[in-house]
Amino acid sequence: MLQYYDPNKNSQPGQVIDPRRDYGTPAISIDADETVQLVTLSIDGQEVKMPEGTSIMRAAAHLDINIPRLCATDSLQAFGSCRICLVQIEGRKGFPASCTTQVEEGMIVRTQSQETAKLRRNIMELYISDHPLDCLTCAANGDCQLQDMAGTVGLREVRYGYHGENHLDAVKDESHSYFTFDPAKCIVCSRCVRACEEVQGTFALTIDGRGFESKVSAGQNEAFMDSECVSCGACVQACPTATLMENSVIENGLPEHDVVTTCAYCGVGCAFKAEVRGDQVVGMVPFKGGKANRGHSCVKGRFAFGYSTHKDRITKPMIRNNIDEPWQQASWEEAVEFAANKIKTIQKEYGSDSVGGITSSRCTNEETYLVQKLVRAAFGNNNVDTCARVCHSPTGYGLKTTLGESAGTQTFDSVEKSNVIIVIGANPTDAHPVFASRMKRRLREGAKLIVADPRRIDLVKSPHIDSEHHLNLLPGTNFALLNALAHVIVREGLEDKEFIELRCEDDAFLHWKEFISDPKNSPEAMAQGHWSAGRAHYCSGKTLWKSR
Amino acid sequence: MANIKVYVPRDTTACSLGADSVAVSLQHYFSNNDIDCEVVRSGSRGLYWLEPLIEIETDSGRIAYGPIGPNIIDEFIAAKCWKINKEHWSYLGVVDEIPYLQKQQRVTFARVGVIDPLSLSDYENHFGFSGLKQALDMSGQEIVSQIKDSGLRGRGGAAFPTGIKWQTVLDTESDQKYVVCNADEGDSGTYSDRMLMESDPLCLIEGMTIAGIAVGADKGYIYLRDEYPLAFTVLEEAIVLARNSNFLGENILDSGKNFDLEIRLGAGAYICGEETSMLESLEGKRGEVRPKPPLPAIKGLFGKPTVINNVISLASVAAIIVNGASSYQNYGVNRSRGTLPFQLSGNIKYAGLVEIPFGVTLKDLLYEYGGGSRSGRPLRAVQVGGPLGAYLPESQWDTPLDYEAFTSIDGMLGHGGIVAFDDTVDMSAQARFSMEFCAIESCGKCTPCRIGSVRGVEVIDRIKAGENSVKNKELLLELCDTMVTGSLCAMGGLTPYPVRSALEHFAEDFESGS
Ligand SMILES: Cc1cc2nc3c(=O)[nH]c(=O)nc-3n(C[C@H](O)[C@H](O)[C@H](O)COP(=O)(O)O)c2cc1C
Ligand code: SF4
Ligand code: SF4
Ligand code: SF4
Ligand code: SF4
Ligand code: FES
Ligand code: FES
Repeated sequence: MLQYYDPNKNSQPGQVIDPRRDYGTPAISIDADETVQLVTLSIDGQEVKMPEGTSIMRAAAHLDINIPRLCATDSLQAFGSCRICLVQIEGRKGFPASCTTQVEEGMIVRTQSQETAKLRRNIMELYISDHPLDCLTCAANGDCQLQDMAGTVGLREVRYGYHGENHLDAVKDESHSYFTFDPAKCIVCSRCVRACEEVQGTFALTIDGRGFESKVSAGQNEAFMDSECVSCGACVQACPTATLMENSVIENGLPEHDVVTTCAYCGVGCAFKAEVRGDQVVGMVPFKGGKANRGHSCVKGRFAFGYSTHKDRITKPMIRNNIDEPWQQASWEEAVEFAANKIKTIQKEYGSDSVGGITSSRCTNEETYLVQKLVRAAFGNNNVDTCARVCHSPTGYGLKTTLGESAGTQTFDSVEKSNVIIVIGANPTDAHPVFASRMKRRLREGAKLIVADPRRIDLVKSPHIDSEHHLNLLPGTNFALLNALAHVIVREGLEDKEFIELRCEDDAFLHWKEFISDPKNSPEAMAQGHWSAGRAHYCSGKTLWKSR
Repeated sequence: MANIKVYVPRDTTACSLGADSVAVSLQHYFSNNDIDCEVVRSGSRGLYWLEPLIEIETDSGRIAYGPIGPNIIDEFIAAKCWKINKEHWSYLGVVDEIPYLQKQQRVTFARVGVIDPLSLSDYENHFGFSGLKQALDMSGQEIVSQIKDSGLRGRGGAAFPTGIKWQTVLDTESDQKYVVCNADEGDSGTYSDRMLMESDPLCLIEGMTIAGIAVGADKGYIYLRDEYPLAFTVLEEAIVLARNSNFLGENILDSGKNFDLEIRLGAGAYICGEETSMLESLEGKRGEVRPKPPLPAIKGLFGKPTVINNVISLASVAAIIVNGASSYQNYGVNRSRGTLPFQLSGNIKYAGLVEIPFGVTLKDLLYEYGGGSRSGRPLRAVQVGGPLGAYLPESQWDTPLDYEAFTSIDGMLGHGGIVAFDDTVDMSAQARFSMEFCAIESCGKCTPCRIGSVRGVEVIDRIKAGENSVKNKELLLELCDTMVTGSLCAMGGLTPYPVRSALEHFAEDFESGS
C-alpha cells in the first residue's frame, strides 16, 4: 500500500500505546504528516511532554500515574460525570476534572493530596450509599472498577447508612441472550450510552429521567431485546460494574487468562482477546490493538463463540481412505504423514501439477500465506487459490490493473480522516458492521456520504446519519455510473494531474482518457440507456472512498 | 373630546388578577356609549400589589388607579374614573410620581409598562431601534468595546462581563456563529425576564440583533420556558413585526447584514437554564450539563461559537449603544456597574420590580421599597439570588447590593430575585427544601449532585429527628463541601450555600423538636 494512513506512524508522545492499558481518554487524532504543538507540564513532580489537546488524565497515565476514575475510558470521549478524577492545578481554583481538562504549557498538576483524597472518598461514599453490598457474590467481583476505586480511594465507612433512598430493588433485564442488565448496580456513568453512540453508532441507549431518577434505558424504556440494540456488546465492554455483564461470565466466572486472536466470522478481521478459563472460552473481548476494529466488534465475534467448545466441533485429525469408509481418529503425526504420502503418490502418478490448495475466505491472511507457502515450497507448483477470489476476482483484477494491488489501498483507519465517502454496491452496516461503525463515527463528525445502491440501505438514513445523496440506480449500472463520473471529471479537467503524473503510465492513462472522453460515456448518454450496449460488467461489494 | 387612551396591562400577573376582563369591560362600555376612548394593552409597571393598574392619559401625565379587578370595574366606570376622579379610593395620581417608581432608575425597563409592547411606532417613539441603527454603522469591535466599557455583567446569575464574552465570540473564527438568549428564568422569586419580554419584546429583539451584528452571528434563538405562554405569544408577534419592517431578517435596514430569530420552548427543567444544558436542549438532546472548557463562546450551539446571554443582559444593550457606555457605567459601584432590576417577592408588603443602580443596601430595598413584611410580623430571613442563593439574617442586610460584596458574605445577587420570610419561617425546612429542589432538578450527570442532594435531605431529616445530631451536622457540612468542590456545574455547586447559611445563621431551627 502506498501512502496509506496509519495513526501510529505519527509517533508523537502519547500516540503509541500499550493496547492492554486504559489511558482514560482517547489520544488526539493527528495525521501522519501533521505537526502538533507539544506542551510540557509537570504532574506530581514529573515532567511530561504531550501533544496539545491531550487530557491531564492521559498525560498522567503515560507517567504511570493512574488517576482514579470511573466515567472515563479511552474508547470514549471524556465526559466528566463521576468526579473521582479531580486534581489540583497550581494557580487554578477548585478541583478540575483531569479527564476533561487539557494539558497546558507549564501546568503544575497534583493528583494526590489530603484534599483530593477526602473529596474522592466522600464521592465514593455517595456511590456506595446506593449500591448493593454483595461484592463477594457479584459476577464482576475481581473485575469491577467501582470495587477497585473504593479500594483505591480508601473508603472505610458509609456514614449515610444503607437505608436511604436507593435503586436496590430495580428489576433486572434478562431479555438478551448474551448479557444481563442489572440496574441495581448501575452508577449512571453513561459509559454504556456513550459506547452505543460513539463506538457503535446505534443510539439504542439513553439516560431516562433526571436527578436521582436518572437511569439507563434501552430504547424508550424497553427491554434490550425489544430496543434498537444490535447486540454488538460495546456497552457491556464499557460498563465498569456488573450492571451490564456477559451471561457467559455470570454463569462461569471470570477468565483466568486471555489469548489474542482474530475473529473467523467475516473478512473485517477483528482482533479479540479470547478470555479463557482452562480450555473454556468465557468471553470474547474486542482487542484495542486490532488495526481493523480498534477495540470494537459485532455480535458474531463478540458473543457467538459457542462453536469453539461445541460438541460437533472436530478437534482431532481424522483419516479415511475413501468416501465410503467411516472416519478414523488419528494422531497428528499419522494424519500429516498420511496426507503427505497421498499427495506425493498423486503427484508421482499424475505429475506435480496435479495437486493444489484452496483456502477459505474466512482464513486469516496468515493462514492463507502458510497454505500458499506449502503449495509453492512443498508441492512445487502455483496451484493455490482462495475462495475469496471466486466472488472477488473481478474486484481483484480491476484493482490490480488500475491501482497495482488487488486489495484495498487504504487502511480502515483512513476513514477517520475522510471528508467524502462514496459507498457503491455495499451495505456495510449489515455486512461489515465494525467498519460501518467506524465510518458512521466519521459521518457524525461531518463527513459527507454518497450512497449509490438500488436498495435503501441503512446508511442512507439512520440515527445521526443522513446521506447527502442516495442514487438508487438500477441493478447492474454501477459501472455506468462510475464511467459517467469519470467522463465528467475528464471533460471538465478536474483530474488530479499531479497524482496522475506521479503514479500513472502515460500511455495507459491517455488510452483510458480517450476511451472515457467518448460521449457515449457521458451522463447524458448513460441516462438514455446506451450503457447497456455490450458492457455487462457486474460490479459488486466494492466500497470506495476518497480520502481527503 | 379628543381620543383618550386608557392603558390596561397585558402582563401575566395583571392578567391573573383579571386585567383581560377589565379591559373587555372598559372596551364594551366605551363602544356601547360612543365614548371616544381607546383601551391600550400596555405592559406592567411592576407594582404588583396595585395590579391591575389602570392608567388614563392626560395632559399632565398618565393618571393611575389600582388595583382595579373585575369585581371593581363596574364601580370604577360608574365613578367616571376614566374622566379622572381624584376622589376615588383607587386614585394614585400621576403614575411617574408614585414614589416606588419615582425613586427607581429605569434604564433597561424604561419602556416597560409605558408602551404598547406590540406597537412599532410606540417603540420607535421611545428610542426603539436607535441602538440598532447606530450599531449598523459601527464595526463589530466598536460595538463590543462599547459593551465592555459599559461594565455590563451577565444578569442571568454568574455576572460574567458581557463584553468579554462577546469579544471571545468575535475573535473566534467560524463559518457560523449564534446568539442564544437564555429566557428560561427558573429562579424562584424572579420575573424580570418575563416582564421585559411581555412588556417590551422589541427591546430584547433589538439587543439580540445588535449582539449578532457585533460578533458576526446571523442566527439567534430565544430559549423560553414553557411556563410563559403570554411571553411566547407576544415575542412571536414582535418577531413578525420586526421582520416585516426589516429590523430582522436579511439585509437589515439595507445594511447588508443579516440576523434572524427563532423561539424554542423548554420542557420544564430548571437545569436547562444552565447554559450548556440549554445548548444540549436546543440541539434536541436531553438537558445535561457539558463540561467547560470548551466555553460556549468558542464551541457552543452545534459546536459553533455562541453568545449566550440572559434576557436582561441583552435588553440592556440597545440603551448602552444609544446613551453611550459611560452613561451606563456611571450607575453603580465598584465592579458592579449599571442597574439591576430587583424583584421583590415572598412575605413582603410591596412586591414588585425595582430597577436601581447597584450599591443600595439590601435593607433599604426591603423597607424603603418593599415596606417590610406583608404579614406585619418582623422579617427574619431573606433569600437573594434564587434557589441557590444564601439565606441572609438581619445582621447581613446592611450589605450593599454589589456582586463582590455579596460574594464576600457567601451570598449572591444572581438574577436579582429577593424572597422575604417573616419570623414564622422554619429555616431547617428551608434548608431541606434547597436540597430537595436540587434532588428534583439536578440533571443527574454528576455524582455529588445526583446522590448528594438526596442524602442531604435525609441527613437534615435525621438532624431534625435528633438522631446523632452532632455527627450528622458534621456530615451535612462535609457533604456541602463535597458538593461545592466536586459538582460539575453550579447547580450542585451552589445548592449548599442556602443550606450552610441556614445552618450557620439559624442554628436554633435545627434543634430536634424545634
Ligand atoms: C442551575 C442553573 C440555572 C440557571 N438558570 C438560568 C436562567 O434561568 N436564566 C439565565 O439567564 N441564566 C441561568 N443560569 C446562568 C447561565 O448558566 C448563564 O450563566 C447565563 O445564561 C449567561 O448569561 P449572562 O452572562 O447574560 O448572565 C443558570 C445557571 C445554573 C447553574
Ligand atoms: S458491581 Fe462491583 S462494587 Fe458492585 S457489587 Fe459487583 S463487584 Fe461489588
Ligand atoms: S449491545 Fe451494542 S447496540 Fe446494543 S445497546 Fe449495547 S452498545 Fe448499543
Ligand atoms: S450500565 Fe454500566 S456503563 Fe451504563 S451507566 Fe450503568 S454502570 Fe455505567
Ligand atoms: S451539579 Fe447537578 S445539575 Fe450540575 S452537572 Fe452535576 S448533576 Fe447535573
Ligand atoms: S473520570 Fe473524570 S469525571 Fe469521571
Ligand atoms: S469480523 Fe467478526 S466481529 Fe468483526
